[in-house]
Amino acid sequence: MAKKLIAFKLNNQPVEVLIEARELLVHVLREQLAQTGTHIGCETSHCGACTVDFNGESVKSCTVLAIQANGGEVLTVEGLAQNGTLHPLQEAFMQDHGLQCGFCTPGMLMRSFRFLQENPDPTEEEIRSGMAGNLCRCTGYQNIVKAVKSAAAKMQPA
Amino acid sequence: MIPGEFEYHAPATVDDAIQLLAQHPDDGKIIAGGHSLLPMMKLRFAEPAHLINIFEIPELKGITEEGSMLRIGAMTTESELIRSALINQKCPLIVEAAKMIADPQVRNRGTIGGDIAHGDPGNDHPAVMLALDADIVVKGPQGERTIAAKDFFLGTYVTALEPNEIITAIRVPASTPGTGYGFNKLKRKTGDFATAGATVVLHLKGNTCDEIRIALTNVGPTAFRAEAPEALLQGREIDDALIEQAAIKVMESCAPAEDLRGDAEYKCHMAAEMARRSIRDALARAKGN
Ligand SMILES: Cc1cc2nc3c(=O)[nH]c(=O)nc-3n(C[C@H](O)[C@H](O)[C@H](O)COP(=O)(O)OP(=O)(O)OC[C@H]3O[C@@H](n4cnc5c(N)ncnc54)[C@H](O)[C@@H]3O)c2cc1C
Ligand code: FES
Ligand code: FES
Repeated sequence: MAKKLIAFKLNNQPVEVLIEARELLVHVLREQLAQTGTHIGCETSHCGACTVDFNGESVKSCTVLAIQANGGEVLTVEGLAQNGTLHPLQEAFMQDHGLQCGFCTPGMLMRSFRFLQENPDPTEEEIRSGMAGNLCRCTGYQNIVKAVKSAAAKMQPA
Repeated sequence: MIPGEFEYHAPATVDDAIQLLAQHPDDGKIIAGGHSLLPMMKLRFAEPAHLINIFEIPELKGITEEGSMLRIGAMTTESELIRSALINQKCPLIVEAAKMIADPQVRNRGTIGGDIAHGDPGNDHPAVMLALDADIVVKGPQGERTIAAKDFFLGTYVTALEPNEIITAIRVPASTPGTGYGFNKLKRKTGDFATAGATVVLHLKGNTCDEIRIALTNVGPTAFRAEAPEALLQGREIDDALIEQAAIKVMESCAPAEDLRGDAEYKCHMAAEMARRSIRDALARAKGN
């Protein structure tokens, strides 16, 4: 089948890539664009490891076709740090031990990045339901919730 | 896991999408949010040669008030339903159901139209549509027609939709004083389909229930109305003893498939419990209105 050229913004940079219509966004990000921060856990839209920001919303990139991103904007974990400075969420995950093996972390960061824009001052319960699409096998979630809460506090406008 | 090969189409209008469906009657397929279809394509349970994306078509988006009804575009996502001030105010049942579907990321893609068209007995909107007595608006080469929800869900993956038709919108009545709803879904964890679910909409005149619909999820080949308990409660002043009798009739109406969520007997009991809770919630809300 003929390949198609798609163009979209990835972490605020324009990219063009030749793809097959059947390719999933996560595969194109990792294998063609060499952005391997976005992880593949289940490939069945359950675990959330592949979460990216797509046109201002969190999506599971294992369940979006790359061709659907044509003309859109995608933000991945590679785009969180600015000029070598970690995003407050990345800093908080580090300080609060919000990760152990780190496999779920890119998805956790990208979901919490969007979640805190939807709800800048969440309660613990709101964090838990807002992050309910992301699974972690290691931490037991306590420190993830803590990290999101402390990042939220840091990110409050002074 | 990658879907099989297909040609991708992104029509700009509903009419273009219908034309594409007509051009590929045997191997064309609509993709909405893709959160039921793409998983099936990865497993080769679905292998369309032409995939027609309608997710971005503007005519299929948005929620408007039409007299005493609300019109919900088929490509409205679960997240958009939850955020809609109009739906929260005029049909909060849909918000409650949408919040119990999947997880935030899935709800950003999954659409109400896709959930209704898909035909999985575990989908949650079909029972909500049955309980609300909704109309499903569909369009094909011959134009538009409206199918009552009670005539729409025919079996597992079988609906009244013709292969060349697209669901364009859903029309639901705005809530009126004296009307109450209940939505209860038992699930094992976030992101799981219902072990059993029951949606109830009823209307009280004084203390008498003069209208009631009880619809069940994932305890039969498709969502369905439990007519025996409805008939029992209709025209009565509903009390605890009557709710118990209705619950037994709910149990008798179920024919669930056994799976990892439980055996048939367990699921029947859970459907009855969900129905008890939904009847009570609906009564309380109808009285509070
Ligand atoms: C992890 C996970 C958990 C989930 N949990 C739940 C749950 O608890 N409850 C629940 O109800 N759902 C659940 N779902 C399913 C999800 O809500 C789907 O999004 C929904 O079933 C289908 O909507 P869609 O827009 O994604 O449709 P798609 O997947 O794009 O399409 C589904 C089917 O409907 C057809 N179709 C879609 N739109 C139209 C239209 N307008 N006209 C004609 N045909 C159309 C397609 O051709 C396809 O056959 C879950 C999904 C996942 C991945
Ligand atoms: S890899 Fe996408 S949700 Fe698990
Ligand atoms: S840190 Fe290991 S899966 Fe979350």
